[in-house]
Amino acid sequence: MNNPLLILSHIQHSYGEQTVVNDLSLTLEAGEIGCLLGPSGCGKTTVLRCIGGFESISGGEIVLKGVNVSNNHYAMPPEQRRIGMVFQDYALFPHLTVAANIDFGLHHLSRSARKLRVNELMQIVGLADVAKRYPHELSGGQQQRVALARALAPRPDLLLLDEPFSNLDVTLRERLSFEVRDILSDQKITAILVTHDQHEAFALADKIGVMDQGEIQQWDTAYNLYHRPVNRFVANFIGQGVFLPGKVLSSRQIEIELGVLPMKMLPQCLKETDLPFEDRKVDVLLRPDDIVYDDASPLRAVVIHKAFRGAEILYTLRLAKGGTVLSLVSSHHNHAIGEKIGIKLEVDHVVAFG
Amino acid sequence: MKNDAVVKHNTAKVSSSYRVRLFNRYQLITGWRFFVFFIAAVVLIPVGVVISSLFSPAGDIWQHLLETTLPGLLTNTFWLALGVVAGTSLLGVSLAWFTAIYEFPGRKFFSWALLLPFAIPAYVTAFVMLGIFDFTGPIQTTLRNWSGSDLPWFPDIRSRMGVIIVMTLAFYPYVYLLARNAFLTQGKRSLEAAQSLGYNRRQGFFYVTLPMARPWIAGGIMLALMETLADFGTVAVFNYDTFTTAIYKAWFSMFSLSAASQLASLLIIIVFILILLEQQLRAHMRYAETKRSQYASRIKLRGWRSWAVIGFVMVVLFFAFLLPVSQLVFWAVQSFSTGFDQRYAEFLWHSLLLATFAAFITCMVAIMLVYAARRHHDSVTRAAIRVATIGYALPGTVLAVGVFVPIAWLDARLSELAAQFFQVDTGLIIQGTLVTMLIAFMTRFLAVGHFPIDSAMQRITRNIDEAARGLGLSSITILRKIHIPVLQSGIFTAATLVFVDVMKEMPITLMTRPFGWDTLAVRIFEMTSEGEWEQAALPAVTLVLAGMIPIILFLRQTEK
Repeated sequence: MNNPLLILSHIQHSYGEQTVVNDLSLTLEAGEIGCLLGPSGCGKTTVLRCIGGFESISGGEIVLKGVNVSNNHYAMPPEQRRIGMVFQDYALFPHLTVAANIDFGLHHLSRSARKLRVNELMQIVGLADVAKRYPHELSGGQQQRVALARALAPRPDLLLLDEPFSNLDVTLRERLSFEVRDILSDQKITAILVTHDQHEAFALADKIGVMDQGEIQQWDTAYNLYHRPVNRFVANFIGQGVFLPGKVLSSRQIEIELGVLPMKMLPQCLKETDLPFEDRKVDVLLRPDDIVYDDASPLRAVVIHKAFRGAEILYTLRLAKGGTVLSLVSSHHNHAIGEKIGIKLEVDHVVAFG
Repeated sequence: MKNDAVVKHNTAKVSSSYRVRLFNRYQLITGWRFFVFFIAAVVLIPVGVVISSLFSPAGDIWQHLLETTLPGLLTNTFWLALGVVAGTSLLGVSLAWFTAIYEFPGRKFFSWALLLPFAIPAYVTAFVMLGIFDFTGPIQTTLRNWSGSDLPWFPDIRSRMGVIIVMTLAFYPYVYLLARNAFLTQGKRSLEAAQSLGYNRRQGFFYVTLPMARPWIAGGIMLALMETLADFGTVAVFNYDTFTTAIYKAWFSMFSLSAASQLASLLIIIVFILILLEQQLRAHMRYAETKRSQYASRIKLRGWRSWAVIGFVMVVLFFAFLLPVSQLVFWAVQSFSTGFDQRYAEFLWHSLLLATFAAFITCMVAIMLVYAARRHHDSVTRAAIRVATIGYALPGTVLAVGVFVPIAWLDARLSELAAQFFQVDTGLIIQGTLVTMLIAFMTRFLAVGHFPIDSAMQRITRNIDEAARGLGLSSITILRKIHIPVLQSGIFTAATLVFVDVMKEMPITLMTRPFGWDTLAVRIFEMTSEGEWEQAALPAVTLVLAGMIPIILFLRQTEK
């Protein structure tokens, strides 16, 4: 049985009176890319810094490659952890050239090995032609690559990326995140990424932990976070959607304004108590793709807002009894605000919270 | 003038942009620009006069200087500069590192308290130290009485080492301030980056943080060095001859204006080399980010390390501030009954009057320069403004010579004219009035006044003006409702800084004041030349109190 590369178990970090990270646990297998995703101030960067050894923890422990590197009375110095880090602002050394920056962490190697490794990395990140330049002479995207190459050079066991794309513009961000994903999987790098941008998380990570108030709300794949959120915070934070009030009819059925939804399995909130299901009031999550455009449908809703997105239009619709839902519709079906359109439900998996 | 331009600008916008361009070209030599060039000339004339004396036939003066004072002056200046550079960089960098990166009891208090030596003019620290540690001072006297014999082992404070130590204690805050800024903005971050690449903290400091902070540290050292070269009071008290004292002596003891000019020209060349170096450093600083790192967490020092750092900081603070100030207060209290009299009131009045006038004139000129730069952002105007604000680097003694010579020439021409056309003997017209002094002060402190006002003006972007105009505000209303409220704190800061600097200034005041027009600084010079430390204490305490004002201002600004 393979041991996980990184285990955080019940770690705790406080800043003065304030608890920033609260009883947080996660495991990461070698070669996996994990992501901590959450709004600013949720403690995600602090977790990263605890792993890197730049912050100490007041409870729990961090185990890296079977070695306990942090607990409440010991912290292995960062330089001994073999953890690479890409800082949010890159923290490139302004007085060194690109090559010298990448070379910086290779001080334990021979001169020729260093040269080889630097060249190899500059090939990998595609910077061979700017080796002699200084960081301030590079574009934001290039600086980002230097930071990545510098962190990868000493072949760390684990790579930490702190909001690595937040300083780049949107188009570059998307391209680079795919590029980085390819480099990391090519090099079989285990990495943890911290971001507030879910698209970045989806593009890069195998496993994503949605964080709020210093705790991981759900540690899961992107698909499950979207389709099977475990609580309201995750449901709201990931993707778009609205909640409609619903009434439980039986263990198999929930009734909402738009009709009766069949349930393949019981939502978590109904399992938690011993009360009978019948007539329980719940809120049902409806994603824009759960509401499908259908001219033939007897079910009608009024367009109250529309957002054109090229291939699709995201309609906000008002139902007869006043509830609103979102619907993602092919942009061939162009309707004016105030018009009534036909819709039908196509819910694969019912998400409901009590 | 300005309104006129605005109106014309607006009409031009409607008709054609061609006329705007024409109008601007016409402005090239009028109005704001003319003013900037005029001020640049006022600053450049003294410099030019001093430098030109290098090329004017000086006869046997050079020969004389070479045979007598010059070799000694050069040696003295060299060792002094070297010593102060070493001392200030050692103290400044280490103190900055400890207070920027580590956490230890009292760290917050110490980080600002270490700036306090800025409040004491170097020449005040100098005479207090002499008073305390000299042969007749309390330390040696007590030791002699106690041991019952002479103290051959006791180091002589009236020595090169003594001057170096005093100046280091007075000027290290320059290095401290700049290095600390560098460490605060990039220290922790760069250290973490190095650690993530397998370096420990000590290696990280030497391989990354220190090299990265080099431009800042060098900038601080450069300022300390300029102060050292410009210093007159300290070396005068110590009888340690450097260029500044030699210029003064050539002028007042030998009454040789040309010898003074020759010496000044040498000093100014050294200073110019430093200015060039400093400008290069500034260009380097621009490359690095100056954002404060978002993680304020510091490395906690425990046990003996913490005590060692606290002890070190306390020793520096004690010698650089606590000891001189308490000794001063002690003397001031002792001499209060004799010192606090009609004459003290006169010195104080002269100092305040002079400082007020100089602050007012300097700020007015600075405001005009700032507006000129706003209207004309071409390279010629900018270069002229750089020239106009170069005076901060000119030693007071050099400036005194440089301002005095052309005014003496002008006076001579004026009285010639008066004698020729009106048959009257006017005597000296400008010489011996406050005008000479005020011109010299304006030249010397224009940069001090320009910087805060210019920074305040940077906050009013061109877009703000345009937004206001778009909202239908007239230029007068914009001035009243936007510019004045935004600029006033900058102007206030500028006025305060110039005011305090003029109060503390010694050589210009000494060399260009009207006869008998004594200020606090002059009084200190006269009393300390005679070794009357107690008599100099009360004026010195007054200056230290004034010197506290800019520090308080600075701290309030940085805490925001």
